[in-house]
Amino acid sequence: MSHAGAVAVSARQPMPGMGVYNQKLGMWVFLLSEVMFFTSLIGSYIILRFAQPEAFAAPGEVLNVPLTALNTFILICSSVTMVKAFAAIELGNQKGLRLWLLATIALGTVFLSIQGIEYYKLAHEGFVPMAASYAAVGRDGVGPVLGAPVYGFTFYTMTGFHGAHVTIGVLCLLFTTWRAFRGAYTAESHGGVEIMGLYWHFVDLVWIILFTIVYLI
Amino acid sequence: METTRKQPNYVMVWAGLAALTVVEVLVAFIAALPKEILIVILIGLAVWKALLVAMYYMHLRFEPRRLALMAASPLPLAAILVLAVLAERF
Repeated sequence: MSHAGAVAVSARQPMPGMGVYNQKLGMWVFLLSEVMFFTSLIGSYIILRFAQPEAFAAPGEVLNVPLTALNTFILICSSVTMVKAFAAIELGNQKGLRLWLLATIALGTVFLSIQGIEYYKLAHEGFVPMAASYAAVGRDGVGPVLGAPVYGFTFYTMTGFHGAHVTIGVLCLLFTTWRAFRGAYTAESHGGVEIMGLYWHFVDLVWIILFTIVYLI
Repeated sequence: METTRKQPNYVMVWAGLAALTVVEVLVAFIAALPKEILIVILIGLAVWKALLVAMYYMHLRFEPRRLALMAASPLPLAAILVLAVLAERF
């Protein structure tokens, strides 16, 4: 998967051992700790789901899968805009960098807004943490869905922590974009964009897994 | 010191991710499939998408091998955690 756009990559004093510069290595170490954090959440979810399978509704019965699938698509789109920002500054394209970063912020904000709407609707239907039954009138005319409070608790914990990560990502993107408009990044020096991108893609990657586990299974 | 490398076709990766998402949603609602097979297919598709993001958007494919190995290091631990939990059921 490659095309003709070869770029000149200036080496940023890579660490002798790892072959990458310190800031990038630091972000990778941080992301690896995040892998274990989200794995512990997923592991706990599996324990609880197997312990009380009757407490969890079937896919689409309580949660709005089409809306969340759209949100997944939006986050995937934000990943491509983020990597296009990085690709632009690799070629020294300042205008491209700024435009793609703004697009990423917009898409991240849309993702958070849709998640907020989803939470609002679910809460309106009675699906709140610790609720014993969900949806007075469920999706597709299904009646109240009985369950244990653990369903709402796990759902809001997992998606809430992810949403917090996206929120932090959008805030960091605002800072990166502000710096981009001040001309802080060049074709030779754009580590900030690359490190920001690593975090943003990781958030996308986590959502890909969460979407499957929480909404589709 | 400068090195050159080719940029991946990011839009193709995006198209692949979007297509896999559509497939995932469609597969999830195929009632004819046994639940166990459905879970394996859905997890497989999710891992495929995650690998595309890690390899091409996070550039792991183009990074030094040592960094890629380091990035993969928590995965066995994560697998052990999840498998140990699953073993409780059987």
